[in-house]
Amino acid sequence: MATDKVEASGSIINRRQAQLAGEGSEKGMLTLPGESARQVAGDDLGNSYITTKFDMVANWARGNSLWPLPFGTACCAIEFMSMVSSHYDISRFGAEVVRFSPRQSDLLIVAGTIVDKIAPVLKKIYEQMPEPKYVVAMGACATSGGFYRAYHVMQGIDEIIPVDIWVPGCPPTPDGLMYGILKLKEKIERGEIGR
Amino acid sequence: MSTLIRQSATPYTGPAPTNRTPYIPTNLEAIHARQDVIGARIAAPHVSLERDADLPTFLVERERIVDVLRTLHDDPELAFTMPLDLFGVDYPNRPEGRFDVVYQLYSLKNNERVRLKVRTDEDHALPTSYPLFKGFDWFEREVFDMFGVRFEGHPNLRRILTHEAFRGHPLRKDYDPAQRWILTEKDIAVIVPVVEDHDDESEFEQVTLNLGPSHPATHGTLRVVVTLDGETIIGAGTEIGYLHRCFEKMCETHTYNQVIPFTDRLNYMSAIINNVGYCMTVEKLLGIQAPARAQHILLILSELMRIADHLVCIGTNLVDMGALTNFWYLFQPREEIYGLVESCCGARLLPTYTRVGGLAIDAPHDFMEQAQRLVNMIPKYINDVDKLVGRNRIFMDRTIGIGKVTAAEAINFGFTGPCLRACGVPHDVRKTSPYIGYDTYDFDIPVADGGDTYARYQVRMEEMRQSLRILQQAINRGLPDGPVIVDDPYIAAPPKEKVYNEMESLIYHFKLIMHGIQPPVGETYFQVEGGNGELGFYVISDGTKNPYRVRVRPPCFAIYQAYTKMITGQTIADAIATLGSLNIIAGELDH
Repeated sequence: MATDKVEASGSIINRRQAQLAGEGSEKGMLTLPGESARQVAGDDLGNSYITTKFDMVANWARGNSLWPLPFGTACCAIEFMSMVSSHYDISRFGAEVVRFSPRQSDLLIVAGTIVDKIAPVLKKIYEQMPEPKYVVAMGACATSGGFYRAYHVMQGIDEIIPVDIWVPGCPPTPDGLMYGILKLKEKIERGEIGR
Repeated sequence: MSTLIRQSATPYTGPAPTNRTPYIPTNLEAIHARQDVIGARIAAPHVSLERDADLPTFLVERERIVDVLRTLHDDPELAFTMPLDLFGVDYPNRPEGRFDVVYQLYSLKNNERVRLKVRTDEDHALPTSYPLFKGFDWFEREVFDMFGVRFEGHPNLRRILTHEAFRGHPLRKDYDPAQRWILTEKDIAVIVPVVEDHDDESEFEQVTLNLGPSHPATHGTLRVVVTLDGETIIGAGTEIGYLHRCFEKMCETHTYNQVIPFTDRLNYMSAIINNVGYCMTVEKLLGIQAPARAQHILLILSELMRIADHLVCIGTNLVDMGALTNFWYLFQPREEIYGLVESCCGARLLPTYTRVGGLAIDAPHDFMEQAQRLVNMIPKYINDVDKLVGRNRIFMDRTIGIGKVTAAEAINFGFTGPCLRACGVPHDVRKTSPYIGYDTYDFDIPVADGGDTYARYQVRMEEMRQSLRILQQAINRGLPDGPVIVDDPYIAAPPKEKVYNEMESLIYHFKLIMHGIQPPVGETYFQVEGGNGELGFYVISDGTKNPYRVRVRPPCFAIYQAYTKMITGQTIADAIATLGSLNIIAGELDH
């Protein structure tokens, strides 16, 4: 079976019109989400591997298993809780493993107003996270200080840490935040970011 | 070194205000009569009466304030045992002393409030009232932080809401609202917990442990530093202010209606109740009342919000003890409640549904059916969780006798709401000073003995059932017909159809947007029963479109002061369970 040329498409797996997944020469292989057919290399190794770029697989895996650290300070944290709990359920997109230790997480969700008093803490937590790490600024306050143009409120967390996705709203709805995380997932899978 | 950042804050340069009539409270004779009675009890040359205020108000000389407070506290007839609020007001151009420091006390015995005012300036310190009222500890620190008024004899007078690198006192009128000071890591002060009455006979080394401000069990941004002997906490210190969003300063730079979104974000678990509290305070100042239909809708939403508040409190408290299922389970009815709020005004968590004088928009036509659906649905969730944990051996072992506070201590700390009722004190603002028609409903105040974590859980559970009772009665009565906002073009904007078609309405609309509501000159205090206790607003109007001063009395602020005392002698795990049961909301705690 000849291997088709890998094209730089949106998907990380080289698609080909072939048998249904799990049948024929692919029998017994894992089915990746959204993949009904895939390129299988046929040679002496017995159809047991697929070819792609390492970065693509790594990004695909990262995008589908984000471990969020909720840096929840205010109202937005409540909507974050709504997003992870039963009704909205972010586990459908693989980001439900909430970790409160920066050393175990790769997605920092800054949910709520960051005031000057807590800013050094946020910076330290960001620095403690291992690479690669992504930051979502949830809500107007984390994005720009919101309507608190005040003596004790940071006017957006990008004063101290880099941000990948800004989610608008005061507070954003859980589906809004979910959309933001899906957008982040797309960015990661396209390989646009990665620190 | 800290760095200075200056951003533009545009001062109001519009036309001069026109409304300079003084505010006259209703039932003035009763207030005067009561003021005379109290005044006779504390009669002294250094106390003078301030007439025409909405509470019995006395002007006290600076040196004698503690004596007067002690008289009010100790007098068996008056029994002003509960410290409600202490805050400052700045009048920079007043020759006889720049600051007013206002004390408000409450008497559980007579169900009445009293207000004391002290005039002072930057150079003259006030004597501390801390030994008499433990609950004024943090309030005095807050006045020091915000105004720079010193309290002589206070054991720990340092900044509380702002950070260590902050310079100046932000609530002074000459402080630029947007002037920030940057805190760097090396400026952060080290907190050393005070260890009292501990015999060092133990075999363990003492360890100091820092929890927070980013910690899963603190539900927000609280910081607790504990000193441990083995696993027992022998000393604790707290630091707050990690969510100080300058609510009171922001109120001074916005118009009366623009303040409403800020009130949402105080106790963001039950935002409608905050809206009601603030708007009713301004309505009291204006001498108006929201129409019956608006009051009925607000009562239903307030009670639903109270249920949502308690659901989250109990859910997260159980998560801290390892019972995760309840949290997932209790979020379902909460989402349904938010669905109803969203159908009313388009926002879920922070609705900003009220306006001064009523509601922003009428409720949807199926409002009552949806409310009835919720009332039918919620009891199952409450009962299921109660069956699961209410008599659960592990839960009871983890909570009974943990985080205890006695009734006398709770009153002295200024506890209100479920935490006070868990100590056996049946105080509820909905009963003692009813508003939006609570006096016409049949409901009970749940009270539990013990004052521990388990009692607080029981009170919250029962309160939700009582709220459902109120809701069922409100639904049975039906929604009254009529408008949802007062018909006064100087308070409520005319309907949009009129604005587009009538010259007069267009002018009124323009006037209201540009010049805002201009209440009479005066000051007033009003309180509602929030999710955590007495939520009070104190509004001072100088007749312009912006409030001169808005003071919020956050119930959490008083309650959280007692936390270090409650957890000393317990383990870390118990401290976490206690914190969850107090339902400390950072937005409200830090204003």
